[in-house]
Amino acid sequence: MAQHQVNYSQDNGLPVALTTIDKVVNWGRSNSLWALTYGLACCGIEMMASGASRYDFDRYGTIFRSSPRQSELMIVAGTLTKKHAEFIKRLYDQMAEPRWVISMGSCANTGGMFNTYATVQGVDRVIPVDLYLPGCAPRPETLQYAVMMLQKKIRKEKAGNAQRPKRLL
Amino acid sequence: MRAYKPKDDVQKKSYYTDRYWVAPMVPKSKVEDDAVFAADLEAIKAKFEVSDAYIQVEQMVVYIKAEDNLGVLKLMKEELGYTQLSEMSAIDWIAKQGQFEIFYQMLSMGKRKRIRVKFFIDQKQAIESVNPLFRSADWAEREMFDMFGVIVNNHPYMKRILMPDDWEGHPLLKTYPLQGDEFAAWYEVDRIYGKEARDIIGPEIRESARVDRYDTERFSRLGFEVPMGAEPKAKDAEETPLAYQEEGGVFMIDKFEDDKTEIISDRKR
Repeated sequence: MAQHQVNYSQDNGLPVALTTIDKVVNWGRSNSLWALTYGLACCGIEMMASGASRYDFDRYGTIFRSSPRQSELMIVAGTLTKKHAEFIKRLYDQMAEPRWVISMGSCANTGGMFNTYATVQGVDRVIPVDLYLPGCAPRPETLQYAVMMLQKKIRKEKAGNAQRPKRLL
Repeated sequence: MRAYKPKDDVQKKSYYTDRYWVAPMVPKSKVEDDAVFAADLEAIKAKFEVSDAYIQVEQMVVYIKAEDNLGVLKLMKEELGYTQLSEMSAIDWIAKQGQFEIFYQMLSMGKRKRIRVKFFIDQKQAIESVNPLFRSADWAEREMFDMFGVIVNNHPYMKRILMPDDWEGHPLLKTYPLQGDEFAAWYEVDRIYGKEARDIIGPEIRESARVDRYDTERFSRLGFEVPMGAEPKAKDAEETPLAYQEEGGVFMIDKFEDDKTEIISDRKR
């Protein structure tokens, strides 16, 4: 027996919400973006600060994972060297679809100030990128904004299998 | 120690410097000026050939023959008390004289003295490893091989240390271009996708300051964003305000409304 009487016809009391599958799935996806820990350089410090209590990424459902198999968002935070390029591709391939990539900071976007022989001139030469976040290094607020923009992008996508998997080639 | 120069009038100095200005060399003094160094040099000279020796910045520099490197370091470690090899590497003098200069920076904690042992080698000439004497030479010699291509004989693991194993070229050579050669420019593409992907991915864009507001595939103008690939907005277009959510609101999430927020000026309120 229910202890409290619930009047379903008043105060939005009906435990029913009418919506579409797309919206429900995208609501779930966009609010549980588990991010692969990918701090490569000083941007990684800002990324860690975003995850810590002051900026608190958990509010968005963004929780850092250390396994690509448990994560759907890759925040490439820092300088990607040519030696490391094949490993970022391998980790990206290990992530389950659908998956998204935020390229965080100047170095990940374009190579930044490292206009040298050993730095990949933008991670989009190796993996497809959804969102480029400028800054050197971007502050945690900026990364939060980037995640909110990504959530906005995810909400526009179709939920079904019709979504084309992202490939660089 | 270098002489102290006051830096408070640095703004008054002209920005113009002579193109052909040559930095003055740190003065050298004779080895006889320092009794400890003089005794050390005598001990080395008794067994090995020394072509030049002098004191610079309170450190003795000794030039020896390339074949004697292991012998001299062994003598210095076991008999003269220079028990640490703080640093070693090569210097590229190929443009000037077609040679590498190899140096070993030695430290004696007991005597509180440093000696730099140096010699010249030709290109493609191998040197003997000092790894049996100093473990610090292990990685230092690998780095020297990686960066200059100087081969070290009898090293336990002669392999590149910083660059990938399949890298071509030695980056610290003066002849190596800073932005990399053909091999370096395509390294990650060749390695991951294969050479046939070069046409699809395209060459590296080295101009990181390039901005083109009409190229909406790559750039978006802040405040005037359009979807990727769409026509850019006109110059006198109205600025789009920052929006965290869509106009219609988001399923099961409260809409953030700017006019209902309050900016707190007193943090302790």
